[in-house]
Amino acid sequence: MPTLTIDGKTVHAEHGTFLLAACRKAGIDVPTLCEHPAVEPYGGCRLCVVDVTRPEWDGWCKMVVACLFPVEDGIVVHTRSQRVLDTRKVVLDLLLARCPETPLIRDLAATYGIATTSYVKNPVPTDCILCGLCTRVCDTMGMSAISSVDRGAGREIAPPFRGPPPACIGCLACAEICPTGFIKAESGLRKRRIWEKDFDMLRCPECGRSHITVAQADFFAGRGGVPRSYFETCDVCKRAALAATATRLGGPPATPAR
Amino acid sequence: MRIESLEQFGAAVEAARQAHLAKGREIWVCCGTGCLANGSKAVAEAFDARIASEGLQASLGLYHKATGCHGFCERGPLVVIQPEGLLYAKVKVGDVPEILDKTVARGEVIPRLLYKDPTTKQAIAKYDDIPFYRHQTRVAMRNIGRVDPGDLDDALAHGAYAGLAKALSTMTPDQVIAEIEASGLRGRGGAGFATSRKWKACRKARGDRKFVLCNGDEGDPGAFKDRSIMEGDPHSVVEGMIIGAYAIGAHEGYLYVRDEYPLAVVNVGKALVAARERGLLGANILGSGFDFDLKVSRGGGAFVCGESSALMRSIEGRTGEPRAKYVHASDKGLFDLPTNLNNVETWADVGAIIAGGGAWFAGWGTQKSKGTKAFSLVGKVKNTGLIELPMGTTLRHIIYDIGGGILKDRPFKAVQTGGPSGGCLPADKLDLPVDYEILADNGSMMGSGGMIVMDDRTCMVDVAKYFLKFLSEESCGKCVPCREGLKQMLLIFDDLCTGKGKGGDIERIERLCKGMQLGSLCELGKSAANPVMSTLRYFRAEYEAHIDHKACPAGMCRDLTSYEIVEEPCTGCHQCVKVCPTEAIAGKAKQKHVIDPAKCISCGACFDVCPEDCIRFTARNGRKEAAHAHADH
Repeated sequence: MPTLTIDGKTVHAEHGTFLLAACRKAGIDVPTLCEHPAVEPYGGCRLCVVDVTRPEWDGWCKMVVACLFPVEDGIVVHTRSQRVLDTRKVVLDLLLARCPETPLIRDLAATYGIATTSYVKNPVPTDCILCGLCTRVCDTMGMSAISSVDRGAGREIAPPFRGPPPACIGCLACAEICPTGFIKAESGLRKRRIWEKDFDMLRCPECGRSHITVAQADFFAGRGGVPRSYFETCDVCKRAALAATATRLGGPPATPAR
Repeated sequence: MRIESLEQFGAAVEAARQAHLAKGREIWVCCGTGCLANGSKAVAEAFDARIASEGLQASLGLYHKATGCHGFCERGPLVVIQPEGLLYAKVKVGDVPEILDKTVARGEVIPRLLYKDPTTKQAIAKYDDIPFYRHQTRVAMRNIGRVDPGDLDDALAHGAYAGLAKALSTMTPDQVIAEIEASGLRGRGGAGFATSRKWKACRKARGDRKFVLCNGDEGDPGAFKDRSIMEGDPHSVVEGMIIGAYAIGAHEGYLYVRDEYPLAVVNVGKALVAARERGLLGANILGSGFDFDLKVSRGGGAFVCGESSALMRSIEGRTGEPRAKYVHASDKGLFDLPTNLNNVETWADVGAIIAGGGAWFAGWGTQKSKGTKAFSLVGKVKNTGLIELPMGTTLRHIIYDIGGGILKDRPFKAVQTGGPSGGCLPADKLDLPVDYEILADNGSMMGSGGMIVMDDRTCMVDVAKYFLKFLSEESCGKCVPCREGLKQMLLIFDDLCTGKGKGGDIERIERLCKGMQLGSLCELGKSAANPVMSTLRYFRAEYEAHIDHKACPAGMCRDLTSYEIVEEPCTGCHQCVKVCPTEAIAGKAKQKHVIDPAKCISCGACFDVCPEDCIRFTARNGRKEAAHAHADH
């Protein structure tokens, strides 16, 4: 088990994990914007930069992003050195110029002492910080319905050809993971609309609540041998049915059923 | 015919050499990109047609071949006549019959077509006597301009695959790596990592499936050495990659070639087909039992794909964006398998090093930078072109002896080395030997080997802005410091160049540079600040002039410059009137001309053509002043 020192604290980290987890284990707050447990680390926001050194490096440090740096035995980590704080400030200052009205960015910048950006404010303020969480979660779900398009300053998140995304099943994973609420969706009893695409909702045969889209049920039906009917019943009713069964049988069975 | 064994390889090389020697005379027409743009294809076709129609092959033993880049792109189309070694420059289709009738048939030299030295004004007949060539030492470019890239036998006659045959027949993989280590070869893509260390790490990496890759995504403005190597001598790259794969234990590889280099894509592809047909590539190479095959992967038009991790994503078919490299490619590279990536020039060096020995290559260079290095010499220099020199050559030697000095003998101001990630070095650094460490210590880098020479009419703020613009267009946009930082930096530079700079701008630039250097994800972003940092380091006064006095000392920023014609030397020659794009200059013939500040757009065209040097620029915005004066009336 690799043992490292983070801001003076000794931390035992799991082998094969990244530095960010070790920092959190030690109770040290490292800011992040593009990190989420549901998706692979990305290293795009650059807020989780920390300095890494070793006693034998004679004071030389390398700056890494904690979300992607694999833990190593014996490293010494400084999460709040002056140059780390300065770098985070530049990043937040730049993000504040891009998203001057976004509460998440304004609050985070304020904790680093930045009230207004020192750069040129985006004439068309946006809430999209290009953290890539939406596209990565869409990839993880297996759809890849949206992606980043263009590059550099022109980069944005969009469906193919900016029309309704053909592969989208309306699962809302992108909207729910979006840290700034930039991705908008409308869900009603019968309809859902996201990325300018309309979906019919599927209503639970037990309670009548509309809980997923028809396209979602179609997409997941048959996967892993699970029948479509499983996805049609809502989670609440499934749990209720399970609870009722357990109660009828008088608690969980003592021996596994044959 | 497939070569099945090393004995057969020796016989094939001998046959190719004899066939080559049997050709009495040869005409080499440069069909590199520069010469092609100047019409060399038509020249080559004219030679072909006339040699065929007059039966010169039979009567004079005359052969013709289209070769890769000779390097002297400034003077193209180039034609070399062998065995005399005569070089004719700027040859046109109309010159072809005369060359054949006079030079080839009767041995007469045509003075009109000879290269004239810009300093001595002397015509120089022989290729090897021209200073541009005489001062060069070619290893990676050993066969460019000498062989027909589409003819494997021609390459074999000139020593191609000799290193491969030697490695496969007499050396173990460890011995190959030891030889590369002895040569001191370092990555020619710019970073300068020791090639042998890279190979060793990949050889040691676990796993049976490994890759060797070639980075042919050269995209720096002003750099074209990799392009010329791939176009003119693709077999040298293929040979190097097979040797590398043998050393590492890889059986698959990709040549990642920039798609904007169509001739390179074609020539590399042809070389692979030819090598495979002859048993130099594929299963059981030269009967040695070693299998290796290569594929061409065409780039998708992004500068960032020259970054190693982005290049690998691009080959995988994903978006070409860099990722963190805390785990090295030698362990987890292409498809997360052990991968070794080298630059085109590095691969081209390998075959020669194995054939000639590591000590031979290490005989050139400085303590830490060994061997020779290719550069593309461009900008305000008389002899632009492609050159290769021993490491440790001074910038002065490159610019003045090979480059022939600055155009119009204007004063030298700076040389930009290393492309957008490099920096500008001023005149007092001209005697620096070119070496990885020395360039880095002085705020620049070796980079891709591009050298852009600048004269006193170059505004360093404008140069930095040019590279920032290039990089902001080429940034992938994945990480915040590079994407947003370059955008903001460019906005600051727009202000500087239009007279809107204000106090504190330099400090803001410096803070942003530091944030980008430390915070960016990949080397492209980390080094994006270099052109700014180096110009700020050596030309700070020029930045201050833009901010404090709203003046561009070089007279290049149009919003900060006005032109006027001074009384005395103006002879009324009318040349400025002819080039002025806005008809802002008026004056009768042989009388002093006048520039109308309201019409003048400060483009400087008149300044560049004036034979009497009577046009002056001042640090003012003439148009704005004229507009104000107009408003006041």
